[in-house]
Amino acid sequence: MFTILDLVQPDNLAEAYQILSDKRNNTILGGCAFLKMGKKRINTGVDLTKLKLNYIQETDGFIEIGAMTSLRDIETHPLLTEHYNGVLPQSLRDIIGVQFRNGVTVGASVYSKYGFSDLITALLSLDTEVELFKAGRMPLADFLSKPKEKDLLVRLWIKKTKRQASYLSFRNSASDYAVLNVAVSMLNNRWTIAVGARPSKAAIAISASALLSLEGATSETIEEAAKRTSEELSFGTNTRGTATYRKALCRALVKRGIMEVLACKSN
Amino acid sequence: MQIELTINDKAVKWEVANDEFLADTLRSHGFLSVKKACDTSCCGLCTVWMDGKSMLSCSVLSLRAHGKKITTIEGLPKEAEEFAQILSAEGAEQCGFCSPGFIMSVLAMKNELVNPTEEEIIHYLTGNLCRCTGYMGQLRAIKIYLGVA
Repeated sequence: MFTILDLVQPDNLAEAYQILSDKRNNTILGGCAFLKMGKKRINTGVDLTKLKLNYIQETDGFIEIGAMTSLRDIETHPLLTEHYNGVLPQSLRDIIGVQFRNGVTVGASVYSKYGFSDLITALLSLDTEVELFKAGRMPLADFLSKPKEKDLLVRLWIKKTKRQASYLSFRNSASDYAVLNVAVSMLNNRWTIAVGARPSKAAIAISASALLSLEGATSETIEEAAKRTSEELSFGTNTRGTATYRKALCRALVKRGIMEVLACKSN
Repeated sequence: MQIELTINDKAVKWEVANDEFLADTLRSHGFLSVKKACDTSCCGLCTVWMDGKSMLSCSVLSLRAHGKKITTIEGLPKEAEEFAQILSAEGAEQCGFCSPGFIMSVLAMKNELVNPTEEEIIHYLTGNLCRCTGYMGQLRAIKIYLGVA
């Protein structure tokens, strides 16, 4: 169980960032569901409740999601159920239960770069940017590849397009962490294949995505893209599955993901 | 730190610690329907409503209940009794330890979903574990309660 010596609810982002930066073990509090399973000793816990960051709205061609928005709000919001074939709600529906998803925040889920994250994989397949208080706005893929620095994730920006997308995961039991998850998307014949829970954090299969984009989706290129994804990304072993098992799963799930996107396109 | 909240339609002021969770606060004030079991956000036994949304009180910092409306099963006696009688009639009660959290989730589902299918019911209640019943009796009871049997 973690401990919090002091707890503050700042009135603005600058104040929140200042408090976060003051001491090494000052920490932003998200939903606290994962934090409570550790033994962290937090000097000052920074609660963002007062900053009105719990919202989903459409802004200048983007879907904007505030950091304190719950996973359940993403799962049920019409903007997200009606875009990208509902890939974001689909990615969240098997995360434990409704009560859990009512409490967990999108900001903490993305900022923590959890390897097991279902949401990050789905977001990575879309045109997603993160906005950090200090480092500013950047593509999600760039944020994921950056070393961890103390900052405050303010909101996500997802470009509002007609991108078709599909999310698939494999789980040992219904609400367990995924053994592997895959999101595939396509806009104007440009494909993106993202794979997460490898068990390391999600990544885009750049070469496989480029293959489909350049040569189009035929039965041969789909097979090759699935094979290439499983070869260009690395996989590890943990209690849920071995690296070899994940690699085999990856090939099957990527192929199914591409087929699902093609089926969406034809509908 | 002092928080002000409404608990089952009654306004209260409580002292809470910085790292205290709502389940502990509620139990310390006599709301013993709120059970603690897994304490890792998995089992759903500590389910309460915060502003009408079901939440795992074992994972909500008590401070975040400030200004909120908290509902436990003690605040819904009529609805709870009505559903509990159906649960009992369908043989879906054994030890009963999970029942308060389970009933809070069922009542939240009733408010949120209109005429849910069996699949939707099962999916909505994934976060509530029961180690006695095997769920089939509960599923029968829910269908009767919601009028979707």
